Amino acid sequence: MSADMSQPPYDAPAYASTARRAPRQTLLALPAALAAASEALGPRFAPAGYPPLADLSRHAGGAALGERIIVAGRLTDEAGRPLRGAMIEIWQANAAGRYDHPQDAHDAPLDPHFHGEGRVFTDDDGAYRFVSIKPGAYPWRNHPNAWRPNHIHLSLFGAGFAQRLITQMYFPGDPLLALDPIYLAIADPAARARLVARFDLALTEPEWALGYRFDIVLRGAAATPMETP
Amino acid sequence: MLATGSQTIGPYWHLILHPEWADLTRFGAVGERIGLTIGLRDGDGAPVGDAAVELWQATPPADARFPGFGRASADAEGRCRFTTIKPGPLPAAGNAWQAPHCALAIFARGLLKPLFTRVYFADEALNAEDPLLGAIADPARRASLIAKAAGPTDWAIDIVLQGANETVFLEL
Repeated sequence: MSADMSQPPYDAPAYASTARRAPRQTLLALPAALAAASEALGPRFAPAGYPPLADLSRHAGGAALGERIIVAGRLTDEAGRPLRGAMIEIWQANAAGRYDHPQDAHDAPLDPHFHGEGRVFTDDDGAYRFVSIKPGAYPWRNHPNAWRPNHIHLSLFGAGFAQRLITQMYFPGDPLLALDPIYLAIADPAARARLVARFDLALTEPEWALGYRFDIVLRGAAATPMETP
Repeated sequence: MLATGSQTIGPYWHLILHPEWADLTRFGAVGERIGLTIGLRDGDGAPVGDAAVELWQATPPADARFPGFGRASADAEGRCRFTTIKPGPLPAAGNAWQAPHCALAIFARGLLKPLFTRVYFADEALNAEDPLLGAIADPARRASLIAKAAGPTDWAIDIVLQGANETVFLEL
């Protein structure tokens, strides 16, 4: 299976918004050495400048409504090496499927105790963990009766833009996955399935919250072209 | 182990928007302070009003006074603006140099993965020797990566996602 099959195309006809936004010209390959020089002295993301917020389940002095969850996993590169101290941004809808966002017009209630933004950093083993509530599904008008599956948005920073990743974590057993053009835009079923978190009883805390494990792999960094696996 | 698949940033990414990140000089960076306005249009010429644009630059080197990274939100006209320090030249292969530039990543609803490009500056003599610009045969396409002066310290560039004046996007 080629690496390309694990990534979606720009042009995915079933996802209507790609029609006028997908480039038509062939991308220009950026030689690794040029990319490396362009990013070698670039930014580092650390808690001092980007304060962590690992509990999305409470906001404005109260507990959010919904099913409390723990999401944890490991961040590695394609060689399986842990990515330490990496920044992960998190955002999501509330339990009713509504974002605390002015453009979200879905007729579902806001929750004064849920905002939906988080930020965590991986530890020395590449591990991360955050607490939230399970987001609800919501309609999105891509096609008649279109609903997004339950999902959490994750934004990850590796070394340089070559390792930059924004993805979505889905939940096991969601019937909407088989109907979702965004999820289905990844052609390889195995690659797609890796976007679905795994329920983990070991991560689940008794009398408190369900645990979901979601491991994430970033591409090899163009910024380290001299490394051989 | 293959990389995790990319998914769109979607229309509600502003939950992670921190407008101050668009000003890379906010910690007191030293150097030539510039404004960079970026206009984003789709294949119909319509503004891309919900895009996130990230800017990453290697000069000056990132430190406590210069984060080297910024994020800005496109407005209803598809425009966003960064304040930063004008970048300097960077090494290329051998004795060659890359002209001063900023790396950009564009995320939006309708983009299942980011678009990567660069912004160069029209007043830089090194543009003529830059290896990436030199790899673009069509002068109009090459010009799509070069910001024009819009004032004494202001620069502007249009990014066209698709169509006749499509910007050169990069495969990293």
